[in-house]
Amino acid sequence: MALLEVEDLAKHFPLRGDGLARVVTGRRRVVRAVDGVSFTIDPGETLGLVGESGCGKTTTGRLVLRAIEPTRGRIVFEGEDITTRPAGGLLSFRRKAQIVFQDPYTSLNPRMTVGRAIAEPLRVHGLATDRDAPDRVRALLDMVGLQPEHAARYPHELSGGQRQRVGIARALAVGPRLIVGDEAVSALDVSVRAQILNLFVELRERLGLAYLFVSHDLGVIRFVSHRVAVMYLGTLVEVAPTRTLFARPLHPYTQALLAAIPTIGDGRASIFDEARLIEGELPSSIDLPRGCRFAGRCPYRFARCDEIEPPLREAASGHVVACHLYEGGAS
Amino acid sequence: MSEPVLEVRDLVVEFASEDGPLRAVDGVSFAVGRGEIVGLVGESGAGKTLTAEAILGLVRRPPGRVGGEVRFRGTNLLDLEEPALARIRGKEIAMIFQNPGASLNPVFRVGDQLVEAMALHLGDGRRVLRRRATDILGRVGIPSAAARVRDYPHQFSGGMAQRVMIGMGVACTPALLIADEPTTALDVTIQAQVLSLIRRLARELGMAVLLVSHDLGIISQMCHRVIVMYAGRIVEEAPIETVFRAPAHPYTRALIACLPGLDEHGSRLGAIPGVMPGLASLPRGCRFHPRCGVAEARCALEEPVLRPAGPDQIAACHLVKS
Repeated sequence: MALLEVEDLAKHFPLRGDGLARVVTGRRRVVRAVDGVSFTIDPGETLGLVGESGCGKTTTGRLVLRAIEPTRGRIVFEGEDITTRPAGGLLSFRRKAQIVFQDPYTSLNPRMTVGRAIAEPLRVHGLATDRDAPDRVRALLDMVGLQPEHAARYPHELSGGQRQRVGIARALAVGPRLIVGDEAVSALDVSVRAQILNLFVELRERLGLAYLFVSHDLGVIRFVSHRVAVMYLGTLVEVAPTRTLFARPLHPYTQALLAAIPTIGDGRASIFDEARLIEGELPSSIDLPRGCRFAGRCPYRFARCDEIEPPLREAASGHVVACHLYEGGAS
Repeated sequence: MSEPVLEVRDLVVEFASEDGPLRAVDGVSFAVGRGEIVGLVGESGAGKTLTAEAILGLVRRPPGRVGGEVRFRGTNLLDLEEPALARIRGKEIAMIFQNPGASLNPVFRVGDQLVEAMALHLGDGRRVLRRRATDILGRVGIPSAAARVRDYPHQFSGGMAQRVMIGMGVACTPALLIADEPTTALDVTIQAQVLSLIRRLARELGMAVLLVSHDLGIISQMCHRVIVMYAGRIVEEAPIETVFRAPAHPYTRALIACLPGLDEHGSRLGAIPGVMPGLASLPRGCRFHPRCGVAEARCALEEPVLRPAGPDQIAACHLVKS
């Protein structure tokens, strides 16, 4: 059974300062931040969610955790529908699904020692008494590669990498089964980023954790994920096992995205290859095009792309893509 | 190589502190030739941005102190005072920074800002400059440029604003462009467009480019030569093909091994233990030795100097055999 199952999840934000247009047109305009996303995550599995800024990947992570309320759709966790469960009934879910943010500096209370910050979720969930909390904190610090003496430090006394370790320890404190990593390594320097990525992989193996790893960085996504979901303007355009996605991307957007990563070259893959460089930028998620959302930038666009939005379809086993080019399968 | 456009010799940037001066840039020397793109790479705190700022005369003195030489077409820029320096900066030396939104004035139309920037350095009349502003926006790939000159900065996306900055930078056909993390705030597909633009303009105008970046992938795709900095010093300089095929310094090697893109999924990344030391607590000997996987006894005692490591390649490591 899947640990997490998300079906047709959507979040539309009302457009602020849109009063006049509403009066004139009689319609309330919305930003379709997430617009019908479906995926599953198995226990111990890592799903990488990748896309450019504004595509809705962070909102998706928040929705999954019920940190914000969906406009429509269903969230099923461990077989139970938690979509409309009132906040009071979410305590056990909150213990099992945690988040690690991009910038631990803004998510840690500057006036709380590391030890207290890690002990806090234990107390909130009644998982430790004041007496045994220090032992638990010490064990958690050790698990994320910090020393016992770090418990007495304040966030500003730590390096960025150490702070992110504290953020991870806090998430682990309550014994979760799923962790949403929201750009969890994006603020770190290259050498430290590698340390934290290794820690994520190590913890996954040791504790059987599942991750929803949200990132704009395809290198990070490739390293950490078992499967990858590519998001564009609020919808998923392709989902595939990591190796398949990077070896044989099907959606023209995925292809363009991969072509744009500046890799260390042996001269084979250049981001300046005109044929692979896409034009234009993300359209706004307020006035979406009628057909395929990527059509305006797509080099393979044909008539149907402007008329019908392509649904996600299986193009090969375990490989789904939302593109009219693959209607008869990927061949 | 003919006379380099930029030649930096023994550049030092220091800041006063309670425990005496802290050297954030410590004896940095390199040159950039005409039409050449040189990458300056390192992690935060390595001193790469300060190096760029010192070249441009943007380090505030005091509290900073800048020493050494910055020769631009033969003149030592460090000898010049502000009005003379400002005439060079913006005309002969262009600069672009990470956050294009913050570099544009939000209350003026983009076209007017372009005209203003050119009027500072070029003698042409307003009408000529106005036409030129439209040309420039078109040239940096901004659609319907004639209409967009009348727009305000907030009406431009990050990628478009960075194009405006590049347009503004190259408006006076500078001999040198200093670009500090020019695409770090941009999405990857937009980044590719902007980098491609910089490369094309460098080629068309024969501009020398100093590209500051933490991203080895970008450096690899853009540059002819690369300079690797660590804790205020250059640890390696090499042609781009050499540095990724045969990096000489252990830090360069480790930095390359840290990149996820190269590893097979599921393996471990070659993380470098620890963090770069702060300026107040630099270790004795080689600055990298506490994190180095191959350090020997002498690495903790003597600081290595840059020495030849291969053809056109230098590295500051005791273990390098020349």
